[in-house]
Amino acid sequence: MDAFMQFIYSGLTVGAVYALVALGFTIIYNASDVVNFAQGEFVMLGGMITVFAFDAGLPLPLAAVLAIVIAAAIGVALNKLAIEPARGAPVVSLIIITIGASILIRGASQIVFDKQLHRLPAFSGDEPIHLLGATLLPQSLWVIGGAFAIFVALWLFFTRTLLGKAVLATANNRLAAQLVGINTGFVMTLSFALSAAIGALAGVLVTPITLVSYDVGVGLALKGFAAAMLGGMGNPKGALVGGLLLGLFEALTAGYISSQYKEAVAFIVILGVLFVMPQGLFGAKKTERV
Amino acid sequence: MTAKQKWIQLGILAVIMLALPAFFPSGYYYRVGALIYVNALSVIGLVVLIGYAGQISLGHAGFAGIGAYACALAPEHLGLHPALAVLLGAGVSALMALLIGRPILRLKGYYLAVATLGFGILVSMVLSNERSLTGGPDGMAVPDIGLRPLLRDMGLRVSGGEFWYAASALVLLLGAWIALNLHQSATGRAMRALHGSETAARTVGIDVARFKLQAFVISAVYASVAGSLLALQNGFITPDVAGFMHSVEMVTMAVLGGVGSVLGATLGAAILTLLPQVLTVLADYEQLVLGFVMILVMIFLPLGLLPSITARFRGRGV
Repeated sequence: MDAFMQFIYSGLTVGAVYALVALGFTIIYNASDVVNFAQGEFVMLGGMITVFAFDAGLPLPLAAVLAIVIAAAIGVALNKLAIEPARGAPVVSLIIITIGASILIRGASQIVFDKQLHRLPAFSGDEPIHLLGATLLPQSLWVIGGAFAIFVALWLFFTRTLLGKAVLATANNRLAAQLVGINTGFVMTLSFALSAAIGALAGVLVTPITLVSYDVGVGLALKGFAAAMLGGMGNPKGALVGGLLLGLFEALTAGYISSQYKEAVAFIVILGVLFVMPQGLFGAKKTERV
Repeated sequence: MTAKQKWIQLGILAVIMLALPAFFPSGYYYRVGALIYVNALSVIGLVVLIGYAGQISLGHAGFAGIGAYACALAPEHLGLHPALAVLLGAGVSALMALLIGRPILRLKGYYLAVATLGFGILVSMVLSNERSLTGGPDGMAVPDIGLRPLLRDMGLRVSGGEFWYAASALVLLLGAWIALNLHQSATGRAMRALHGSETAARTVGIDVARFKLQAFVISAVYASVAGSLLALQNGFITPDVAGFMHSVEMVTMAVLGGVGSVLGATLGAAILTLLPQVLTVLADYEQLVLGFVMILVMIFLPLGLLPSITARFRGRGV
């Protein structure tokens, strides 16, 4: 039972990160129908920039804010320079553009930073907390709490603010949104900034646990993408549930079956779910119009 | 495309293959040429899947992995001749594609992308983790196909590079011929019809699921044979051949050159195979430039290089 709780804790921690990456996928997908495979790079940038700013003598909170702002700016640049000019391109081309962007960002950070593994000190010490017979690092609480806070904040943003509703309207029907006077171009830019910032924040939160190097983005992007698809692309609730489920599957597989195949089980589950529910757990059903 | 255009395309390909060695400064370039042809072969498979039938795959490196490891494992464990192992790998890949294709191909767009991605990752994970069989991430040796001594007995002395250049070129020509024939056949037309609109294709009586599955199986066999050839000519193989980045590379080659066109696919394969060779000069800047090129081509030539260029020549604009 203790071991089980231990796996649950680690699953929730990783799952919270996957959920944040999946949320980034969801926000951009809703605004622009683009699946942004460079999403994982924002997590990497969040971690890397914070580490280097912190090592340069900046206080940790300031370093984190700097990282999030820079990542958001890169997100905006990605939209303006690579996604908007390719408007209307087929899905495959868009996939290649964002994968190209992710390779580019990775290549640039390998030059600007380095190829080493880096760590950050935990925000509130390394003293493990005993809870329900298992132990939990304080940093895990930061990650899980951070993810939860972001979801609540976004939910408020989308349901309580005019701007948030404009984003929802654009996601729902771009043309109709334009007709009622919503600046959909701005909504797209905002979405890229927002999802880059969320990714960077996830990177800041998780770096004390998992460390960071220039190449951690690919794996995270794949997991986040898988989590978003598991939950149903375009649904924030799906991103949250998909991310947490994926993290739990991985942790439980690693604990009880084989740590080498922990990712395999996650993908087998995704294939299984998609066979039964081709739109993911919470995805909206679409029909083709002729 | 008429039958005449088909032979023109094959002719262009054959002439380039024959003429190219005249410009090779050293024997090493035969290796590069062979690599281009092998990559082009798997990319032509994707032309059938993506270009004809309009289905995405981010996991075709999985089939390349199956083909490659068939050539490494079958001779050792089953006592099979390496040449027959190529066929075994193709058979296993086809069977695999048949089994997973039916449920997977019900999915559309990004959902199909994630499902194929999952398949590819599963294959590469098995290859990396079953150390006792595959040697794990360090890879394993692949036995020689043993055809060169045979040629020598017939009085034909060729170097390893020359042999694989010719062999890959021949297989590529065969693959291109099949894909071009397919394009004009009833099956190819059905595939292209469902690419346009599945509902419309279904309305005129096309069994959409069947033709999607056929395209998937055909492209799997192409990838598998390409993987086998890669393993045989390198004499060594690692699980990277089945990795996600290899899948991405294959799709990028296909789209870069022009995903509906067999010649375009070959051009895309040539460019993306040569690019890293050229970029090694740039060392650390290699990835940066590669990403940059991918983005630029997709923005400015969304149809891919070859179709965009020919459209411009015909004055239709892009």
